[in-house]
This record gives sequence, C-alpha cells and structure tokens, in this order.
Amino acid sequence: MYPINVKITKIIRETPSTRTFVFDRSFDEAIAGQFVMVWIRGVDEIPMTLSSKNSITVQKVGDATEKLFCLEEGAELGIRGPFGKGFTLPGKDEKILLIAGGVGAAPLAPLAEYAASTGVCMSTILGARNADELLFVDRFVSCGEMHLTTDDGSAHRCGFVTDILAETDVAAYDRIYTCGPEMMMKAIFGMLEKENALEKTEFSLHRYFKCGIGVCGACCMDKKGLRVCKDGPVFNGMELIDSEFGSYMRGPSGNKKQF
Amino acid sequence: MINITGIELKNPTILAAGIMGTTGASLVRVAKEGAGAVVTKSIGPEPKEGHKNPSMIDLGYGFLNAMGLPNPSYPDFKAELAIAKKDAGIPVIASIFGGTEEEFVNVARGLIDSKPDAFELNVSCPHALGYGASVGSNPDAVESITKAVCDAVDVPVWVKLTPNVTDIVTIGEAAQRGGADAVVAINTVKGMAIDINSGYPVLGNRFGGLSGRAVKPVALKCVYDLYTALDIPIIGVGGIYTWEDAIEMMMAGASAVQIGSAVHEGLNVFSSVASGIEEFVSKREYSDITDIIGIAHERL
Repeated sequence: MYPINVKITKIIRETPSTRTFVFDRSFDEAIAGQFVMVWIRGVDEIPMTLSSKNSITVQKVGDATEKLFCLEEGAELGIRGPFGKGFTLPGKDEKILLIAGGVGAAPLAPLAEYAASTGVCMSTILGARNADELLFVDRFVSCGEMHLTTDDGSAHRCGFVTDILAETDVAAYDRIYTCGPEMMMKAIFGMLEKENALEKTEFSLHRYFKCGIGVCGACCMDKKGLRVCKDGPVFNGMELIDSEFGSYMRGPSGNKKQF
Repeated sequence: MINITGIELKNPTILAAGIMGTTGASLVRVAKEGAGAVVTKSIGPEPKEGHKNPSMIDLGYGFLNAMGLPNPSYPDFKAELAIAKKDAGIPVIASIFGGTEEEFVNVARGLIDSKPDAFELNVSCPHALGYGASVGSNPDAVESITKAVCDAVDVPVWVKLTPNVTDIVTIGEAAQRGGADAVVAINTVKGMAIDINSGYPVLGNRFGGLSGRAVKPVALKCVYDLYTALDIPIIGVGGIYTWEDAIEMMMAGASAVQIGSAVHEGLNVFSSVASGIEEFVSKREYSDITDIIGIAHERL
C-alpha cells in the first residue's frame, strides 16, 4: 500500500518529552501493541505503536521525531499499517497486570481501555523518571488499580517499577504485559523467569526497522532470527529465552550496539 | 539433490540476496524452513547505513525498495557468516559488492576464512550510486571484476545481473568470459512511486527497484535469452511465489531459483515450492528434475 494520508487534528503535550498526535483517520482494525510506519515527508519514516485507534504518542529521540515535534495541527503525515503482532487480548474472566515505563505506556493504555471495556480486572504499575514524565495516569486510573513510581521520588514512591513488582504476587495474574526501556523489561524478564511466569508474559520490543513488513531482516533478533516487525513487536516471554534481548540490538548498518 | 557449480543443494530453492540475510541467525532460520541454499545480504568494504526510510513498500502487485546496501562491512560480517555456515546445514553463498575490482577482491578475501560455499557478485543493485548496476551495466567492468574475484578465491563465483540494460545477454557473456561459474538473473527493475497527496516520491531514495509478482515475465525473458547464449548455469530470480512459478523459470533455462519478496507471505514458501517441484517431476514422469531445465527452448 502507498502511505495513507492523515491530517493531524490535535497535538497534546502529554509530558515535557512526549506529545500525542491525533489523526483524522482511525485504524479501527488495529490491535493494541501493533505499530504503524509514520512517514514525515522529506525526512524519514519511523515505526510508532498506536496509543489509540487514531493517535501516536511520541518521545523526542532523534531527527525524525524532532521534525515531528515541529509540526502543527492541520499538518499531514503518511501512515502505513497497522503492522506486526499486537498483545494477546485477555479473556473477560482473566486478571491482568500491566507494567509500563516512560513512553512504554503508549501501547499499554489502549490495551487497558480495551480490557476495562470487557470487564477484565486489572492492575497497572507505571513508572517514569520524574513526576512530570508519568504518561497516561488518568487513562490507567480509570481502568483499575494503579501503582506509581518515579526514579527520583518526585511523585509517589521513589524507585523503579521492579520494586513494586517484587512485592506483587504474580501468581494472582493470568497475563502480564510490559513495555518500556529494554533494561527495565530485561529486569522484569529476570524476575518473572524466576517465578516461572514467562509463559503468561508479553513484552513489546523496539528495534531498528527498515522495511517494516518482514522482508529485509534488518530487525532480526539472535538467536532464533525472529523479526521484530513481523513476528513481533510483541513477544511472549518464552520466545525471548536465550536471545539478544537486554544485551544488544543492531543499528541501521546491522552492526551490534550494546545496551 | 541438485548440483549447481559443484555445490550440492537438497532442493532448487535459494534465499535471494538482501532478504533476511543480515544475521547468521536469520539465515539459519530460513535454512530450517526448507531452503536448498541461502544467500547473505550484500556485504561491502565499509559499514553502510543505507537510505532513509521509506525503504520498501508493498504495491500489491509487487514491491518497490531502495534499501541502499545497508551492511556492517566484511570485518563485522565474518562472525555472522561463520554462524550461518556452522548451523544452517545447507550451502551459504556470500553476496558481495564493491565500487572497484580491488574492493570486490578485498571483501571476498576478507570473508573467505568463514568458508562461504560460493560468492555472488552484486553488480546489479539499481539504486546505489557507484555500486551495483553502476558497475554492472558495463560489460568490461563486469568481466574484469569477475576475473579478479575468480583469481582471488578458490570457491565458485556467481554474478547477479541487472535487467536495467539494453541487452542482458552481453553482460552475461562478459561474466562468463571473466570466468563466472554461474549467473543469477535478475535483480530488481528500476521503478518509483509518488505520493499524490504531497507530490513526494515515496521512497527515501526517490527511486528504487521493483520485485515480486510484477517482474516475473521480465525475469523469465532474461533467463530464456541467457540460456540461449551461455554455457554456464543460470539461477532464475524474480517473482517466484509458487512451485508453478519455479517450474516455469526452470523451463526457461534456470537450473535453480531464488526466492525473495515471497517471504512476505510466509517463510514456508521454500518448502512448499520445493515439494511442489518434486511432485510435478514425479507425476509428469520426468526421470530427473534436470530434465525440465530449458525445455521451453525445444518447443518451437
């Protein structure tokens, strides 16, 4: 498909480093955790998870996102997607735990809202560097129980999402979903591996994408050769055992970059 | 079993260059899915990040791509090639590129310790300035580069040809004169797409190469013409999705086929094409798969 033309109808400043761009086009078929390729014409095209059926929530991290932050309401983008494998949606009698760090809250917020709409019982652990950077607090609070933590203690508990996870009875949950910085997810992976809970856990991963449609192989992970763009970006914890997850990723040339 | 340039393939399907070939692990995965051999991503003398995205789009009837030869360079790819060789259990062919004879030779020599079963020279990428088709549309350059690599290494050398020339046969003949053990035809066909909402060309590089179903008739004609003129084997590539496509390509003159874009529909394409070919050969009572190679030339 050619990129679909969308108009930005609203820009919401969520935190000092993140903004939500709302489109005039809703991707109703998208499952939480799936991504779209966002083409900032004349600059680059980058993968972004959908933070709702008609929005992306972006952190300024490089050239393309910087250009995106310069756009105003009424500007247009090209969108391809939704692509990839999203989260496994919970059954209505299940109890779920969401663990989000920083902008990792973006794909989890629509999952929380979907789950709440079907009556699923849920808890969220949301962490950020500081109080200003806590993302989508209201969206999660309206869906279920909430635990907040900030690295510097500027809001609620001082510490990391893993500190709260350590005090949580993971056996009480049927499914656990997480998205955030890879080192945060790696720590969660280690804790849940010890609890023999990986099978019910899903991780949303980030890698450098070129084609975005499962052909070129730029985003393949060691050692199984899993394509993050097509086999993921959401992976069951069991798929990540003995993988590069938490150790390194590859840049545009294919060279390894250690975390 | 099928023998191409002295290499034994368990079936005639080969992963095409540039597809899932950046890491050893992904090559091993494709091997486990049933490919008869795999070709790596094209590896060059220096690390290259490639072009800006969008670098590939699905047009429905084919794919348009301009990756821009992203690769980690041969010193960093040696370890990946070694992983593929160790665990794939099938032949691993190293695709290489350079801007000059010397660069091609340096890359080939640099990778030889990882023991690729053959080299495939990329003189056909349509969208990398100074590389690929910039070199491969000149018969003298193709001949001299092929000769230089053949003299430098003692494994088979395949040369992948571009269809973006007036006469692909003259380039195929140049590769053969240079000592190529086989030619691979074809690389992608130059093309572009324009976003009518903004007027921007869609690909980051503005133009690129067309692959997939749309190019099969072009590839068939190139393979057919090359078969008439050359004495060395031809490996057919371009729009192979099903076993029927593969049989058609072999009847035009291909000794084996490479599969690229079709992995988009599932990695099981290798096993399904291979078993379909086998079934066809036995049902039609050919004594061997090689009996069908080039038979379209006998039907006048």
